[in-house]
Amino acid sequence: MVEFFSTFPEMSKAGLRLFKKTVDGAYRNFSREYGDAIEAVFDPVLYFLVWFEKVLQNSPWPLVILVFLLLIYFGSRSIYLTIGSFVAFILIGYFGMWEDTMSTVSIIGVCTFISIGLGIPIGILMSGSDRARSMVSPVLDIMQTMPSFVYLIPVVMLLGIGKVPGLLAVVIYAIPPIIRLTDLGIREVDKEVLEAADAFGANKRQKLFRVQLPLALPTIFAGINQTIMMALAMVVIASMIGVKGLGQPVLKAIANQYFTMGLLNGLAIVALAIIFDRVSQSYGKRLQQHRAGSRE
Amino acid sequence: MEKDYSSIERVRVSKVKIKIEKLYKIFGPKAKEMTQEVKNGVNKDELLAKYNHVLGLDNINLDIEEQTIQVVMGLSGSGKSTLIRHINRLIEPTEGVVLVDNQDVTKLDKNELLDFRRTRTGMVFQRFGLFPHQNIIDNVQLGLSIKGVEKAESNETAMFWIDKVGLNGFEYKFPNQLSGGMQQRVGLARALANDPDILLMDEAFSALDPLIRSDMQDQLLELQKNLKKTIMFITHDLDEALKLGDQIAILNGGKLVQNGKPEEILLNPADDYVTKFVQDVNRAKVLKVKSIMISNSQGTEGPKVNMNDSIESCLPTILDTRSTLGVVDDQNNIVGSISDKEVASILRNN
Ligand SMILES: Nc1ncnc2c1ncn2[C@@H]1O[C@H](COP(=O)(O)OP(=O)(O)OP(=O)(O)O)[C@@H](O)[C@H]1O
Ligand SMILES: [Mg+2]
Repeated sequence: MVEFFSTFPEMSKAGLRLFKKTVDGAYRNFSREYGDAIEAVFDPVLYFLVWFEKVLQNSPWPLVILVFLLLIYFGSRSIYLTIGSFVAFILIGYFGMWEDTMSTVSIIGVCTFISIGLGIPIGILMSGSDRARSMVSPVLDIMQTMPSFVYLIPVVMLLGIGKVPGLLAVVIYAIPPIIRLTDLGIREVDKEVLEAADAFGANKRQKLFRVQLPLALPTIFAGINQTIMMALAMVVIASMIGVKGLGQPVLKAIANQYFTMGLLNGLAIVALAIIFDRVSQSYGKRLQQHRAGSRE
Repeated sequence: MEKDYSSIERVRVSKVKIKIEKLYKIFGPKAKEMTQEVKNGVNKDELLAKYNHVLGLDNINLDIEEQTIQVVMGLSGSGKSTLIRHINRLIEPTEGVVLVDNQDVTKLDKNELLDFRRTRTGMVFQRFGLFPHQNIIDNVQLGLSIKGVEKAESNETAMFWIDKVGLNGFEYKFPNQLSGGMQQRVGLARALANDPDILLMDEAFSALDPLIRSDMQDQLLELQKNLKKTIMFITHDLDEALKLGDQIAILNGGKLVQNGKPEEILLNPADDYVTKFVQDVNRAKVLKVKSIMISNSQGTEGPKVNMNDSIESCLPTILDTRSTLGVVDDQNNIVGSISDKEVASILRNN
C-alpha cells in the first residue's frame, strides 16, 4: 500500500518501448507511403518561394532597396522610418548579409501570405459558429504552446529537410494570432451596426464584406503584425531544417562560438523585425481613423 | 341638427396597415412550452423566478392604421424593442401573427424576408447604427446598394434625402465628424431613401439633447405631412408620445395595457400604471378644446375659439369673459361650446 503512494504506477518499460515503436513505425509507414504525394501538394508554394527569392537576390540591389523604401514610406508615411531603413539596408549589405537577408525576407513574405490566405477564412468561420470556435480554439492553443522543435520532428519525417518543411513549421507557429484576431475583430463589431444591416435586408455575404470585415480590419491587421513577428522569431529554428537565410549563420555562430558573426546576423533580424512591425502597425492605425466615433 | 365633428375630421377611409394578433415572445430554451404557462396566467416575474424564462411579449393585439404614427410607450424592459423588432422580424415570435397589408410576416421564407426588409420597412435606431467606415452619402444609400440599385441612381436618391434632412455639404464627411442630431438625421435619411411604407423608430430621438430632440420631432412631423408613412415610434417620454402619436400604446411587463388617442390616454387611463405615466403632464397644454367641449350647433354670443387649439391657449379668453364660449372648426362652423366649468374640471384632475 505504501509503495502505491511513493512510486507512480508506471507502464512497464517493455510496454512503453513497444508503444513508441508502434506509433513511430505507423507514422514512418504513413510518410513513406504518402510523403511524396503530400510534398507534391506543396510544389506550387515551393516554386513561388524559389522564384520570389531569386527575384530579390538577382535584381540589382539599388533597385530592391528603392522598392522596399517606397513600400515602407507608403505603408508608414514616416520619413524617419524610411531613412532608418535605408541606413539598415546599407549596413546589412556592407557587412555581407544581403543574400541571407533577401532569403529571410522572401520566406517571411511567403509565410505571411499563406497565413493570411488560410487564417482569415478560418477566423471568419470561427466567428460565425460557436461550434467551429470550440473545435479550432484548442488546436490553436496546442500550436502556440507546443515547443516548436517537437512538431519539427513529424514534419521532417514526412517531408525531409528543406524549404517546404521549414515553411510549414513557420506557418504553423505564426498563423494562430491572425486566426484569433480575425475571429475577435468580427465578434467585436458593434451589434447595432450589424442590426442596421439586417434591418435593411443585407444577406450573409453582404454583411460580411460590407460591415464585418471592414470594421474588423484594424484588429485583423494587429493579427497580421503579430504573425509577421512570430514568423521572424521562427527563422532561426527553421534554419535547423534547411531554410536558408539569416538563421543559418546564427546557428553556425552558436556551434563555433563566432560572437561577432552571431551578433551581426542577430542585429539584421532585429532590424527587419522593427521595420516590419512599424510599417504594419502604422498602416493598421490609419485603417482605424474613422472608427473612433462609432461607439459614443 | 347635430353635427358629428369626428366625421369632418376623418376625410379618408382608414385602413389597417399592420395587424398584430395574439403575439407572444418568450426568451429561453423552452419558449414554446412556456407559452402555455403564460396563457394560464403566469406573469413576467413568476416566469423568471419559477422557470428561468423571460417574458418579452404577452398576447399583444394591436391594429395600426395606414399613414398614422403609432407610439409605443412603457418602462425599461416592458418589451417595446421586442415588439418593434417583430414587425420586420429581427426577432422571431414564439407564437402569433404579424400581418402587414394582410401578408403574414412570420411565414415569409428567408429570401422573401430579405426582400420584405429591403422594400417595405425602414428602421431608425437609438444609437443611430451608422456605418463608421463609410461617408454620409454611402450610409444613406445603404438600403439601395443592398438592393443592387445602380450607383448613379442611388447617389441621386441619397443626395435628395440628404438635402431633405438639411445635411447638404456633409455628404463626404464620416459619421464621427457629425453631432448626434446630425447623425440621427443621417439615420432618418437612410431609412427614407429606401422609400418604405413603414418606418420603425426605436427610441430614435432618446439619445439627443432636449432642444435638438424637439427639432427632430418637428422635422419628423413636417416630413410626415407629405410622406404619409405608417410609423411605429418607440419612446419612454410622454411629451414626445403626445406630440407625435396619433395613437399611443402602453406596454407593461410585456402586456399591452392600453391603446388609444392621446386624449383618451390622458382622460381615461386604463389602470394605475398608465395613471402614473400621465400624472405629471400639463393637460391644459396637451389637450385640445375639442376633447372637452360640449358638442352642439346652437352657437353663443361673444368670442369663439378653434376646436383644434389647446385648452391652455384659450384660457385667457375664458378667464376674461367668465362665460360660455362658442367652439368653431377650421371652416368657422359652430361645433360646440366650452365654459370655465369644463376647464376647471380638467385642471383640477391634474
Ligand atoms: N435576446 C434576449 N434574451 C433574453 N431576454 C431578452 C432578450 N432581449 C430582450 N430580453 C428581455 O425582454 C424584455 C423586454 O426587453 P426590451 O428590450 O424589448 O425592452 P424595452 O422596453 O425596449 O426596454 P428599454 O426601454 O430598456 O429599451 C426585457 O426583460 C429583456 O431583458
Ligand atoms: Mg428598447
